[in-house]
Amino acid sequence: MEFYVQQVLNALQVGSVYALIALGYTMVYGILTMINFAHGDIFMVSTYLAFFFSTMILGLVAGLNPIFVFVLTLLVAMFGTALLAVVIERLAYKPLRTAPRISAVITALGIGLFLENFMVAFKPVGPAPRFLPALIPAVNYDIGGVTVSTIQIVIIVVSALVMILLDIIVRRTMTGMAMRAISWDKSVVPLMGISVDRIISMTFALGASIAAVGGTLYGMAYTIDPYMGIRIGWWAFISAVVGGIGNIRGAMIGGFILGFVEIFTPVFLPSTYRDFVAFSLLLVLLIFRPTGILGRPMAQKV
Amino acid sequence: MKSEFWKRWGVLVTLVLIFPLTILLPKFGVINPYIDLVLKYIGINIILTISLNLVNGYMGEFSVGHAGFMAIGAYAASLLTVWVFPRGLGAFLFPVALLAGGIAAGIAGLGIAIPSFRTRGDYLAIVTLAFNMIIKSVLENIEAIGGPRGFMGMEKLTSLWWVYLVVILMVFLARNYVFSNFGRGVLSIREDEIASGLVSVNTRQVKVLTFVFSAFLAGIAGGLFAHELQFINPRSFTILKSTDMLVMVYLGGIGSLGGSILGATVFTVVIEGLRSVLQQIGISQEWRLVVAPLMLILLMIYRPSGIMGLREFRFLIPHRERPEALAEQREQMRAGRAAKEVLP
Amino acid sequence: MTLLHIQHLTHYFGGLRAVQDFNLELQPGELVALIGPNGAGKTTVFNLITGVYRPTEGDIVFQGHSLVGLPTHKIISLGVARTFQNVRLFKELSVLDNVRIAHYTRAGYSPLDALLRLPNFLKQEERVRRETFDLLNIFGLDTAAETTAKNLPYGQQRRLEIARALATRPSLLLLDEPAAGMNPAEVEQLMETILWIRREFNLTILLIEHQMRVVMGIAERIKVLDFGETIAEGTPREIQNNPRVIEAYLGEEVAV
Repeated sequence: MEFYVQQVLNALQVGSVYALIALGYTMVYGILTMINFAHGDIFMVSTYLAFFFSTMILGLVAGLNPIFVFVLTLLVAMFGTALLAVVIERLAYKPLRTAPRISAVITALGIGLFLENFMVAFKPVGPAPRFLPALIPAVNYDIGGVTVSTIQIVIIVVSALVMILLDIIVRRTMTGMAMRAISWDKSVVPLMGISVDRIISMTFALGASIAAVGGTLYGMAYTIDPYMGIRIGWWAFISAVVGGIGNIRGAMIGGFILGFVEIFTPVFLPSTYRDFVAFSLLLVLLIFRPTGILGRPMAQKV
Repeated sequence: MKSEFWKRWGVLVTLVLIFPLTILLPKFGVINPYIDLVLKYIGINIILTISLNLVNGYMGEFSVGHAGFMAIGAYAASLLTVWVFPRGLGAFLFPVALLAGGIAAGIAGLGIAIPSFRTRGDYLAIVTLAFNMIIKSVLENIEAIGGPRGFMGMEKLTSLWWVYLVVILMVFLARNYVFSNFGRGVLSIREDEIASGLVSVNTRQVKVLTFVFSAFLAGIAGGLFAHELQFINPRSFTILKSTDMLVMVYLGGIGSLGGSILGATVFTVVIEGLRSVLQQIGISQEWRLVVAPLMLILLMIYRPSGIMGLREFRFLIPHRERPEALAEQREQMRAGRAAKEVLP
Repeated sequence: MTLLHIQHLTHYFGGLRAVQDFNLELQPGELVALIGPNGAGKTTVFNLITGVYRPTEGDIVFQGHSLVGLPTHKIISLGVARTFQNVRLFKELSVLDNVRIAHYTRAGYSPLDALLRLPNFLKQEERVRRETFDLLNIFGLDTAAETTAKNLPYGQQRRLEIARALATRPSLLLLDEPAAGMNPAEVEQLMETILWIRREFNLTILLIEHQMRVVMGIAERIKVLDFGETIAEGTPREIQNNPRVIEAYLGEEVAV
């Protein structure tokens, strides 16, 4: 029994990170109907931003409260990643808004690969895995036979807070409403005096900074390397599709489902089968229910 | 008179004349092993580029996971030559192994063709990517063929003249496919799939044929690749390889065989050329891997039609399809036509 | 034998009813027009006949075959062809190829024949080329054979569409607003063309059109749709004087 509760906790931890990243995919798809294949690698860059900033700060100033450093790192990573995402959007995606769909898809793929290989070639980074400095005291509590670590709690709680915050932003603010309006009918929004370009950039920025939260949290618990974007990004993408791409609540649900797949697959199959299970799930969904759990179906007029 | 002969048979004659060179030049050291290798890679890449161009360029579909087909061909051919074929006969049975690799990949092509009936655009791109990942994942999980460590033991059966012959054959087949009823069906699907069905094109049949043929080509390339390196592992066939293929297709020009040949050649030469350039300047080789994605991004934004666009080299068009031949036929028919009642 | 027999054809798009209890019997050689205000469901009927949509209810029988559930290309190869409201040519392809593609089911060779350039392939390709040139010649398009379809003037594009439809050797031709975008002179020529091809190619024609001159000029029978329902049926004379029709079209000019 404790075993299962433990695994559920682990799944929640992993799933939170997937959910945070999935949100970025889903938000961009919602307004541009475009799959930002580079998002997973943007997440990867965010982990390195967190790594460099925290290492640098701790090296420069002695005796800082680690929680303070953690929050600062979080903010820096969010800001830096958001900036990167907006730059990419302006330079690469904006010119392609009227181009055939495949151009945008391939460009996104190209950007993702560019980021990966750049990080590998860039000397200060390199291909070797890194550890972030321990900013959250790693204390394990034993509650009724289940081991709960502080890092786990932080991840789950912070993620939940971010998701609630995002929900509020999307539902209650002007920007959020504009985002939703664009996803329904792009041509009408400018007529209401809202700059579509600005909203699009803000969506990218928002998605990226949320991914950066995921990145910083991830860095607290695991090692980072330039190729992690492929693995984690893809799993997060599958989460978004499972939940229904374009649907924010769907992305959250999808993230947790994939978290469960990751943790529970090794219980029943050899752990090397995880990728196989996740991608087969994606394939099956795409063929039989491409709109996912919460997505809305689209019709085509002849 | 002489130029008539040249127009029809010129290409074939040239190809036949070059053939002995592909055997002799490497043998007598006129071409050093490095150039020999680069030429072989160009050949393999030409086949890969044509393979992907058929699906992405001519048919206008979204395949971004073609490396999966290459992997299947590579493994199938290698397993045959290493486990099944007697050692000494390797060189003679090489075509059989290549063919088997192609067929195995072709069957997998069916696996993508069927989802493509209902899935379009971005979603199909994801399906093909997922497929690529699944193949890599499956190969990694089969211990018997080496799992993540890969498979080795192949003889170096891929010689320059073999590559030369196979490339010519594949280009010939691809060209025949494109300039036929089925090739035209492929183009019509790209232009307007619904209208295509409404003028009697069996779009499912065309999709199946095209995906299978395309996968077959990639499988053949995989077999050649495996018997050059003499070692393959699943990591050689990921999205990175698929991206290389995408660059070559879009660089050369979609919907153009000549474009595919150009794109493959230019890309291979650039990547190899960078190797020595970087060495000279003293920059680490890892920066080469940044080039392909960067080229892809720039191409997509500034010149998505590639070098050739949708045009084709004259020598690759069957002579009866060339503008002069068609014009001649039209005039002949006009002259021969009785004063038939024409539209008022 | 009745060429086309449509019974109780009804179609819903989700909750929206597009066509309600549509019935039609076409005898070989007839020229029937389908008219009605925009959105009345006329193009939907065409889409249902050609298999683009599968009807919610009802049956469509063509020369004894039920068309319901058949894939589009099969329906076309049985002898039904159509043109489109907005010309749907293969824009980047040549005039010649646009028509040749319509020979798909009648090409007469297998993929293997094509791949290896076997004699059967060469023979059939030659035949297809000849038939295509003949057809293009009839429509005055053979000199433009090499031209890319998107570069043709609009009138020629329309003719090409008809030529392409005829290349499938249909018995039934569905024309969707063939006069759209034409000036009066072109419309006159179109009317003659339609009558001419009916004669020369032994066609039965079902026509959707908004321009009343065309409808009154060449249709033998007219069916009027409004909001998916058939509100009138009869000869041009009868329809002209039908109050319900006039009401549905409020403001539309009826010229003979």
